[in-house]
Amino acid sequence: MNAQAAMPAPSAAGSVAKGETLLEVRNLKKYFPVTEGLVFQKTVGNVKAVDGVSFDIRKGETLGLVGESGCGKTTTGRCVLQLDRPTSGEIVFEGVNLERLSNKALTPWRQKIQVIFQDPYSSLNPRMKVGSILDEPMRIHGIEPDPGRRNRRIAELLTVCGLPAKFADRYPHEMSGGQRQRVGIARALCLNPDFIICDEAVSALDVSIQAQVINLLEDLREEFELTYLFIAHDLSVVHHLCSRVAVMYLGKVVELAESDELFDNPLHPYTRALLSAVPIPDPRVEAQRAYQTLKGEVPSPLNPPPGCVFHPRCAMAVEGCRTEVPALRELHPGHWVACPEVS
Amino acid sequence: MPKLLEVENLRTQFHTTEGTVKAVDGITYDVSEGETVAIVGESGCGKSVGAMSILRLIPHPPGEILEGSRILFGGKDLLAMGDEEIRHVRGGRISMVFQEPMTSLNPVLTIGLQLTETMMLHLGLGQPEADRRAVELLGMVGIGEPERRLKQYPHHFSGGMRQRVMIALALSCNPRLIIADEPTTALDVTIQAQILELMRNLTKQMGVALIVITHNLGVVARYAERVIVMYAGKIVESGTADQIYHNPRHPYTIGLLNSVPRMDLRQGGKRLVPIEGQPPDLTRLDGGCSYRPRCRWAVEACARSIPALEAVGDGQIAACFRAGERALDLEREFDLDEASGA
Repeated sequence: MNAQAAMPAPSAAGSVAKGETLLEVRNLKKYFPVTEGLVFQKTVGNVKAVDGVSFDIRKGETLGLVGESGCGKTTTGRCVLQLDRPTSGEIVFEGVNLERLSNKALTPWRQKIQVIFQDPYSSLNPRMKVGSILDEPMRIHGIEPDPGRRNRRIAELLTVCGLPAKFADRYPHEMSGGQRQRVGIARALCLNPDFIICDEAVSALDVSIQAQVINLLEDLREEFELTYLFIAHDLSVVHHLCSRVAVMYLGKVVELAESDELFDNPLHPYTRALLSAVPIPDPRVEAQRAYQTLKGEVPSPLNPPPGCVFHPRCAMAVEGCRTEVPALRELHPGHWVACPEVS
Repeated sequence: MPKLLEVENLRTQFHTTEGTVKAVDGITYDVSEGETVAIVGESGCGKSVGAMSILRLIPHPPGEILEGSRILFGGKDLLAMGDEEIRHVRGGRISMVFQEPMTSLNPVLTIGLQLTETMMLHLGLGQPEADRRAVELLGMVGIGEPERRLKQYPHHFSGGMRQRVMIALALSCNPRLIIADEPTTALDVTIQAQILELMRNLTKQMGVALIVITHNLGVVARYAERVIVMYAGKIVESGTADQIYHNPRHPYTIGLLNSVPRMDLRQGGKRLVPIEGQPPDLTRLDGGCSYRPRCRWAVEACARSIPALEAVGDGQIAACFRAGERALDLEREFDLDEASGA
């Protein structure tokens, strides 16, 4: 038996049944060193982009990861994708710890975990036709050796994503933002993934187009039994699309619950402030709403506050919040909060 | 309230190699003293170009504001003014807040210099007086330690803080009107709430009229008194915020409201109802309603002529041949009255 065969490789068909755990993220940390000096570089500190994040994703569900700029939601996604290797922690996909695999052994897993990026303008190669953009990953991963069949599959994928098959001959600049995002989705689908990370996948689109793409993502989830990690800052979209939601602040998950539960009954002071800051598109609702604006700004992740990272902006903070790092507690079944002051 | 700004049949075009883009195609509206008006629409609908045209900030060529357009500000036509005269209006009586505070502040000048320069030019203040007022302004927009901050450069400020500086700059010369073009689009939602709250309080306090240009229907619902909806260079509907959200009469307005997921309502697996298709190419508009190809209500008449804006309620106008039909109400996905009663 050679070493290659001993490496865990993904099974052909999705071995995880619907509702079972597909992905486990355990105590994930990603620190980016900050260096000084041009020739003799020394590390003067670490940006703690992700600092001890844990969550599970069950097969078939959509987990929303929300938070403001710099909270670490994108870095978390990049670590799951293995685009950034974590500083520490475990990424367990279908029971296999991806952190223990070499780059080469990861290749078959990369096929199962795909990504849709935010900006459909910069995430497609402007010099490649749509057909080649979809063809290349299939060729590299050996999905379909026959070029004729690959072309048929490209036409199928475009149709599934709501584009005419003849778009295979177009360049990205010949398409609108919404159409490009559909190409981005087709590219994510072309390797038959189980799991797709949508990193602000609909944020750059106009509302009427955004609704089209949201519906497409929902249809594909049904049709191909996909599981999504949906990273976004737009809470209305997250509420619509996700079954569970994790709220991040400064590298940590502060609250995690079923979507309706989180939006009906937010417990963490940060989640409450975040939800009340989102304006509702209805002037009558707005006129009746009591909202508190959150004072101040997010502190630097280079030098995060001690204790609870939210305490400098928190109205409920007590002495203990300055020293004790709060752990996630399960207050109601499935509703986790990292704040000792709420009950 | 007396009219502060009257825009009459404004037409702005861009001459490109692809053809003439009718970015703004005959819009008419007015803004009263102290009023907050929101202009909403999607990318390319002409909302920003329309606002830039007010201050004649359209590069010429390729842009051109056509003959026959009039923009009356306090009774004087801004389009007929000489260059010197309009320069006194810009940043003086009318000021702007742009989307990206990093690119609209000069990166190599201190915040203090940028604030005092404007005031010395428009208000004729001396340096000590301008410095004193700059400190006061920064305090007013909620920037701590104003004396120290005035000596700093834009890159020392966070996005939210830069937008506060922009607001201080916009307010510095006692304007009558502020045009805010997507003022919070680049900001996080908690910072967005802070900035919008600040703008609302300060404009109310000082009696300044505000035009907010945005694509965010939530922001409009929270802050605007009157709403103008634009599509493909034209106004398709306008009315009070309550009319637009609770009794929309134009199919595009209805489609837009249906497209937005509502955070406050339980979703229950309900699908969104998007507007199918894409906005039209503004170089190839025909003689019919430009929303027709995406409209589920389009009839033959829509292809023959462009519907004019007509009254559909108390002060509400819509440009649709079928705006009066009650059947349109069935299109609305969320029962808004029920939702707000709950």
